[in-house]
Amino acid sequence: MERIPILKLGDCLLVSIQVDMHDRTAMALQDDLTQRIAQTRSRGVLIDISALEMVDSFIGRMLANIAAMARVLDAQTVVVGMRPAVAITLVELGLSLPGVRTALNVEKGMELIGRAVAGVTTSNGRKPE
Amino acid sequence: MAASRNESRRVGSDEDVVRVRHLVREWAVGAGFSLVDQTKLVTAASELARNLVQHAGGGEMHIETLNSGPKVGLRLTFADRGPGIRDIEQAMRDGFTTGNGLGLGLGGSKRLVNDFEIHSRPGEGTTVKITRWK
Repeated sequence: MERIPILKLGDCLLVSIQVDMHDRTAMALQDDLTQRIAQTRSRGVLIDISALEMVDSFIGRMLANIAAMARVLDAQTVVVGMRPAVAITLVELGLSLPGVRTALNVEKGMELIGRAVAGVTTSNGRKPE
Repeated sequence: MAASRNESRRVGSDEDVVRVRHLVREWAVGAGFSLVDQTKLVTAASELARNLVQHAGGGEMHIETLNSGPKVGLRLTFADRGPGIRDIEQAMRDGFTTGNGLGLGLGGSKRLVNDFEIHSRPGEGTTVKITRWK
């Protein structure tokens, strides 16, 4: 079975899904990411799905699970690059990915993670710029 | 209305679900479907193919083109000899699941297509037929 590589960049983990998502690949990614977040004490997870031609309820659930597990481990997840046709289909399918932050592309996603992590770590209540 | 082309595939594993997605995409492109319509049909097919694997230990998918006057459509049939569904109304409802899924498979795929038919008999199996017109 193919495993999706997880890259570490600073205190962030990066995943770019470039293969066909078998259900088992999706489950493995969920497990691997959760492990890596804990091991590396990462504060952010960025998942690029721009190569995915479809997201069905199984893959959608995997994304939601990753975001939930990451949150429990004190990390923020952002899903980036969803294709418009995929977004339209997901919503009609009935999946709105509650709890999953999204951004248009990797750059905007990194900004969002940076802000979220900084916002959480500021102990004096000031929102950093 | 005449069916002009058709093909059948056995669906018994994870890998077969991915193959079904590719096959349906290929046919949808061939039929001239828009990108959004292709994606909807492929997604519905993925949900129903997974149902065959998860709930019935496998089954068969049949795909055919439909021509109704100037209209072109694709019809997909997913048939299994699994345990069947006792209460179809309940199974169609969003959030109802007997497995560990989200319970969006049947109701969700119905929303992604133009026609949706389901026949099931406990102990005999289930057949789901979906049609999407271009």
